[in-house]
Amino acid sequence: MNSSTLASLSNLLIPTATVVYTIALLAHTVEWAAGLRVPRKAEDKVLVGAGGASDPVEPEVEETPSVRAEQASRVGVLLTILAFALHAAGVLTRGLAAGRVPWGNMYEFSITASLAVAAVYLVMLKRQRLQWLGLGVTFVIAGTLGLAVLAFYVPAGDLLPSLHSYWLVIHVSAAAIAGGGFTVGGLASALYLIKARAERRATDGKPMPAALRRVPAASAIDAVAYKVHAFAFPLWTFGVLVAGPIWAYYAWGRAWGWDPKEVWSLVTWVVYAGYLHARATAGWRGRRAAWVAIAGWFVFLFNFIGVNLLLSGFHAYSGL
Amino acid sequence: MTEVKDRIAAGSSPDGRPDLPALGVIGWLRWTWRQLTSMKTALVLLFMLALGAVPGSLIPQTGVDPIKVADFLETHKKLGPLYDKLGLFDVYKSAWFSAIYLLLFISLIGCVVPRLGVYLRAVRSRPPKPPRNLNRLAGYESFTVDDDADTVLEAAERELRRRRFRVESYDGAIGAERGYLREAGNLLFHFSLIVALIGIAWGSLFGYRGTVLVVVGKDFANSLTQYDDFTSGPAFDAENDLPPFALTVNDFKATFQQDGPQMGAARTFNAALTYQATPDGPEKSYDLQVNHPLKLDGSTVYLLGHGYAPKVTVKDGTGQVAFSGPAPFLPQDGNFSSFGVIKAPDARPVTLGFEGYFLPTAQIDSLGPRSVFPDDLNPELVMTGFYGRPQQETGKPESVYQLDKSKLTQFEKDGDKLRFRLKPGESLTLPDKAGSITFDGYTRWVKLQVSHQPGLYVALAGLVLMILGLMASLFIHPRRTWVRVRTEDGRTVVEVAGLDRGPERGIGDELEAIGKVIKKQEQV
Ligand code: HEM
Repeated sequence: MNSSTLASLSNLLIPTATVVYTIALLAHTVEWAAGLRVPRKAEDKVLVGAGGASDPVEPEVEETPSVRAEQASRVGVLLTILAFALHAAGVLTRGLAAGRVPWGNMYEFSITASLAVAAVYLVMLKRQRLQWLGLGVTFVIAGTLGLAVLAFYVPAGDLLPSLHSYWLVIHVSAAAIAGGGFTVGGLASALYLIKARAERRATDGKPMPAALRRVPAASAIDAVAYKVHAFAFPLWTFGVLVAGPIWAYYAWGRAWGWDPKEVWSLVTWVVYAGYLHARATAGWRGRRAAWVAIAGWFVFLFNFIGVNLLLSGFHAYSGL
Repeated sequence: MTEVKDRIAAGSSPDGRPDLPALGVIGWLRWTWRQLTSMKTALVLLFMLALGAVPGSLIPQTGVDPIKVADFLETHKKLGPLYDKLGLFDVYKSAWFSAIYLLLFISLIGCVVPRLGVYLRAVRSRPPKPPRNLNRLAGYESFTVDDDADTVLEAAERELRRRRFRVESYDGAIGAERGYLREAGNLLFHFSLIVALIGIAWGSLFGYRGTVLVVVGKDFANSLTQYDDFTSGPAFDAENDLPPFALTVNDFKATFQQDGPQMGAARTFNAALTYQATPDGPEKSYDLQVNHPLKLDGSTVYLLGHGYAPKVTVKDGTGQVAFSGPAPFLPQDGNFSSFGVIKAPDARPVTLGFEGYFLPTAQIDSLGPRSVFPDDLNPELVMTGFYGRPQQETGKPESVYQLDKSKLTQFEKDGDKLRFRLKPGESLTLPDKAGSITFDGYTRWVKLQVSHQPGLYVALAGLVLMILGLMASLFIHPRRTWVRVRTEDGRTVVEVAGLDRGPERGIGDELEAIGKVIKKQEQV
């Protein structure tokens, strides 16, 4: 296959993956909606009784799963796996078409970074039974891909000379995978806040919606969130504070130049360092730490999209 | 914390209650120190650092783009000076930003150094005795077996050692601990952070950076006067410390994508240099490329950019040559439509000036004159000319890229403003016998950056150690486990319990596995 066939194949695969992710998103929406509609009289009593107990780990989730929610969840996960395969093939053909790594501009970085989100999610799904995060994850991925296809698209081509460096490969892949981790971690932290609130209200005798009862206990969600962040933070440190400056040193003659992208990468790093500290600081762990993680995710997102669109600098990719 | 604050308030007020100890200067210092080195303060300082860094990315910075700063000052008459006072045009060197990171630095040292001693003591300590009530711990299992107590403890010890616990025997129980390296990793992380910061500070004190535009065929000697712009750290003596190398740019070649959707995108740049590391050193040659800088005596020369310099000869009304040579034009777009000026202030009877575009691949149609490809496939000069009365030399520095048109009049031809197009070798005779301009040809220029950043390797080493420490700190799970046995009715009651010191990570599973091993022992 020559490069233009590969390029058009990629241009077919990426929008298709976007559509499949969107259907997966719908399935997960049905999952949550179904959870909300389950009659929950009988269960409430159990929960109120259990609410007083010290540890609400894995409450009545297993006992009364809503069949519809369970089915919808499974459909969502399967579609996500299918979409991931299409997505990965789309990114791969894009790279082959351009004859290089597929992250030389905003479009490519969007499709690669969202692939990283999907990869982190699917790996965690297998190891941590993370399907309860499906709604958020598919929403973010479908959104990013949609934006990439509709707003950022540029045809495949070779790179500017300053981008010819294997440090680029290392720098961007580390940043993208760390970004995938931050995204999954941020979503988990958000869900933690929701679930923790519901648990607090449950101890006051307020019933917990069934949709929330299906997800693990807040403490378990928190543990997952921490795990992802603990994985992503060293990777981010390496990607933006080591590999990035080394590349910049060769390409632009300075390791660090307070370029807006660099500034926001550092801000992202500092906020996540704050998150790790918050988790070890009395009075900050739990709810406040979760808010810090969410703030970190927004900073990351701004760095990724906002800085390119709103602020000028060396990092402004060509072709946007 | 509030308690301490209250006490201070009480102690310092004249009618403070007498039963409270006065803190005094030492006490107050100690209190400040303890506050500064607390993790909460570090957290707050971290957030302040993050917040403080933001304005620098939103407001133009002198160190990044001085022209934008000048523009900003021009358009914001009120806001500009205010920003300037607050150091917002140079955030990362401003007093308040420095204050934040210095405080963080001190806080970091103050919190890490004392913990080193604590850590060393902890490393030598033995796993502690089991607490009285094991069943209160996060992980707990209890079961009975037929084996006698010693066999159970032996099996448990073997299993715990296999799981890389450090084990200590107590009467009827064993205590085990593992994950000592976590704290070491954490300390390494914070120490390396200090090392990295020192490396960075070193570089900004003793380093320098300058850029210069060199036309092909010309040379550059590393001295302050030759630079177009130059910055250096306060500890760098730019008059004497610059290494005395010299270089000549002999040739510059660029290749561009010839077809496809990214036609015109740059593919390779190569500047062929000859250089002498010292004035009487041997002459060597080097191919300077992007991502492939030249290292000279601690300084590094980079290729930052390139452009075209049309060679033009201007003759004045008296037939004298008033200007001759290459004039660097600055690229305005990806296809190198390059804008520039040619000044001939010595021309007589009127001074002459020209401005306009050099187009490497010219296309002139309804969209106006522009270049459609960055390489020199169809070079053309598209300019207009001005004349004026000879002026007194003011000595005021003037940009070589701009024509001050306030005292100049544009040439006209047939009632229209004069505009002319020249191909290499072509000439134009100016109206009113004012002279002529000849487009002799063109060459290229390169923009070079010369810099020296000492301490970079220290910073890099610090960062790499930092990541290693971070990984140890984040991935090693410190954990204590105890096994206690007692004999009841001829059977042995075993209690297995554990505690994660740090985030809980499946301690239940591990205890269960240890329990299984002990129970298997029974069947053998
Ligand atoms: C730029 C600054 C800093 C960064 C990026 C940073 C980063 C970290 C990280 C990643 C951890 C690991 C958290 C965990 O184990 O869950 C940590 C722990 C810790 N940090 Fe920092 N730190 C910084 C500054 C400081 C300062 C200034 C202090 C002292 C006041 C400090 C005190 C601590 C302490 C005591 C821990 C131990 C927490 C634990 O063992 O769980 N850090 N820090």
